[in-house]
Amino acid sequence: MSKDIRIKKGLDINLVGAAEQTISKAVTSNVYALNLDDFHGITPKMLIKQGEEIKAGEPLFYNKNNEEMHFVSPVSGELVEIVRGARRRILTLKVLADKEQNYMINKVPDLDTADGDAIKTYLLQCGGWPFIKQRPYDVIADPEATPKAIFVSAYATAPLAADPDFVLKDKEQEIQAAIMALSKMTPGKIHVTIAKSSRSPFNDIKGIELHKISGPHPAGLVGTQINRIDPVNKGETVWTLSPQDLVMMGELLLTGKFNAERVVALAGSVVKEPKYYKTKIGAEISTFLYASGVKEDRFRLINGDVLTGAKTHTEGHLGFYNNTVTAIPEGDDYEFFGWNKPVFNKISSTRALTFSWLQPKRKYDLDTNTNGEHRAFVVTGRYEEVFPLDIYPLQLLKACMVKDLDEMEQLGLYEVAPEDFSLTEFICISKQPHQQIIREGLDLLQKELG
Amino acid sequence: MKEKLHQLKLKYQGKKMAPAFNALHTFLYMPNETTHSGAHVRAADDLKRTMNTVILALVPCLLFGMFNAGYQHYSAINGFPENFSLFDHFLTWDNFLVGITTVLPLVIVSYGVGLAIEFLFAVIKGHEVEEGYLVTGMLVPLIIPVDTPLWMLAIAVAFGVVIGKEVFGGTGMNILNPALTIRAFLFFAYPTWMSGDKVWVHEGVERAGTADAISGETVLGSLAQGSDYAYSLSDMFYGFIPGSVGETSTLLILLGALFLIFSKIASWRIMVSAVVGALAMGLIFNGIVDAGWLPEYSKFYTLMSFPYWQHLLVGGLAFGIVFMATDPVTGSQTNKGKWYYGFFIGFLSVMIRVFNPGYPEGVFLAILLMNVFAPTIDHYVVKGNIKKRLKRFKTATIYPKASDEVDSLKTETA
Repeated sequence: MSKDIRIKKGLDINLVGAAEQTISKAVTSNVYALNLDDFHGITPKMLIKQGEEIKAGEPLFYNKNNEEMHFVSPVSGELVEIVRGARRRILTLKVLADKEQNYMINKVPDLDTADGDAIKTYLLQCGGWPFIKQRPYDVIADPEATPKAIFVSAYATAPLAADPDFVLKDKEQEIQAAIMALSKMTPGKIHVTIAKSSRSPFNDIKGIELHKISGPHPAGLVGTQINRIDPVNKGETVWTLSPQDLVMMGELLLTGKFNAERVVALAGSVVKEPKYYKTKIGAEISTFLYASGVKEDRFRLINGDVLTGAKTHTEGHLGFYNNTVTAIPEGDDYEFFGWNKPVFNKISSTRALTFSWLQPKRKYDLDTNTNGEHRAFVVTGRYEEVFPLDIYPLQLLKACMVKDLDEMEQLGLYEVAPEDFSLTEFICISKQPHQQIIREGLDLLQKELG
Repeated sequence: MKEKLHQLKLKYQGKKMAPAFNALHTFLYMPNETTHSGAHVRAADDLKRTMNTVILALVPCLLFGMFNAGYQHYSAINGFPENFSLFDHFLTWDNFLVGITTVLPLVIVSYGVGLAIEFLFAVIKGHEVEEGYLVTGMLVPLIIPVDTPLWMLAIAVAFGVVIGKEVFGGTGMNILNPALTIRAFLFFAYPTWMSGDKVWVHEGVERAGTADAISGETVLGSLAQGSDYAYSLSDMFYGFIPGSVGETSTLLILLGALFLIFSKIASWRIMVSAVVGALAMGLIFNGIVDAGWLPEYSKFYTLMSFPYWQHLLVGGLAFGIVFMATDPVTGSQTNKGKWYYGFFIGFLSVMIRVFNPGYPEGVFLAILLMNVFAPTIDHYVVKGNIKKRLKRFKTATIYPKASDEVDSLKTETA
């Protein structure tokens, strides 16, 4: 059964450097790293010490607030470094990989007979849990809460994002296993959204409510889909997963092995041969970046897509949740009279002597210049044109800025994640940091009321 | 040049004068600022470009205003030309000369004083100079009489920028439209310079009482006194009538409006609903007159019987609707609210000008009034969204937390 959703508001950002649909195997990385910033709100407690050996899939640390929630190593090897920041906060864990990988094999639960609690315990113990995120607050799911529904978006509309249909090919078995396991943990439905005319593997998966969606970005963001299908109310919880994480979770449930392998799209105008690479979570990005080659010396390397990704560098590592790595030019240069001359080579949501509206299909080579300075909110009515959620974006942002908890709640902060505001941030004339504002608002709300 | 300025910027970084330097620097070069958090790429538009677009839309009005200043001046002396020809009588050097000597100083004083205060506040408060005044500075000379003394304008601008904007926190924070605050200040502080039949024509005030006295009453001014006006409909539409500097040409304002709507800079919702509001109020008045409820000797008779749609052509209503009511900071911020906000601006403008002949240019009062009410309108619009969410909340499926169950079991067994 499928239902069609049509998104009208939004904006497709077409960039040059989309990944060609061929998969190469990346060179094996020497060091793998887990970046703790990927696990927002988790305070880690180490389970092993620096210099100790660890198997792939063996817990590295647990969540201070929930001792059962383990975070496992993507590879076997020696924990060579614990990078710490201010007040000894752990930033990164680095594992020097063994030549021969050996995996920790967990005893798998029987998916047909096991109940929700057994599966929950298994996922928490074996490192599969962090793949599940929850709304409200857009953090790793609280195992104690029961979700009213689970959402998976198998449609990527973000600029240069990996194509789910391509990376999920032949993974039906793993996906089905993960869906079966998830369905035991919720009394509600599992909503999966795919592109309207897609040959997605989800077409053959049982136990899901399949939705077909069409329209510009952010149609592919799970927040947009939740808002259309079954919005989050105060007190409710929904879980969200990315389809590639479903595959990993499925393999963990079928074989008992935490297999950190993942197909990653390397994209962006700076990359000479943008294409897909098979690598592992935490691998050095340089292991595949230079295989494709770069056109410039100085560029912005991003873990994720250009709208929501995290800034990294050539010595950085692939993020825990990312299946896209983007490289675009840095824009730290001045432009003579850049504010008033006609603009042909940049995307704009207006027609104020900007001409991207003439060629909506054209692909652009955007750099990281902000194209203007940070200002107070002045213009109104612009965000609404690219924001399909039934929420007042400007008012919600302002509520977060002034830390008005009541208003944040009433205006629907429970329903959103920072990524839902990535497009409004892109078009923002005042160059305000929308995602950061929303993140801080969510953190505050969770601290005060969660 | 680029490198030198970059070095200078680094040198001044963190210094007191940095905002002033940066303001000039960013005027020349779009800054080298790159994204740090969130979206790594950004769209091409910034506040400067937005403001610049509005100014572009205002330029035709300004140029027309310059010619019209001369045209009204010479017409008041020599009488209006018969067989009017655009190139022989309007677009002439003589007219332009009058315009450039009267209007240009207004523009210079408006920008000079306003920007000086903006820079001062930026330096004192240590924030960047924001672009808000770029449009205000252009609007102000266009909405005042041509002979407004410069010192008066300077005081009004200082008042408007400081009290109307900076005390609220600067661009983006103000409640009242700064340009209209300046206009209102002039109107109430120096009423003799802002109304009557002398002020709309260059040298009208100077020559008052002499043998060479000239005058030019606005259409609304004539109507308010119950007398007729000497202008044809096409005069009103093209703008060959006395009035504030840049507000007379409905045609050019219309072109500006189309440009602003097309470029998506100004809200078409406000413009459309304001026009509808003005027409509605005009129709009501016409209806009262047609129904014969109003005796002909009533002092409102002539204004009320003024054809409803012609209200849009006179008294700066069109200018106010297109360039003032659409100010995003002081207007309604929700799309739904913009409909109400615009409608009442049009509605009240016509009401004020008819019922209070002392304020023929009531549009500025209507906009200021609605500026004050805009947050209230938004409040109710947003509340609609909140109510919807609360209604949904009633059917929420909230499952108890695992730990809650344990607690309740404990209490049961205990």
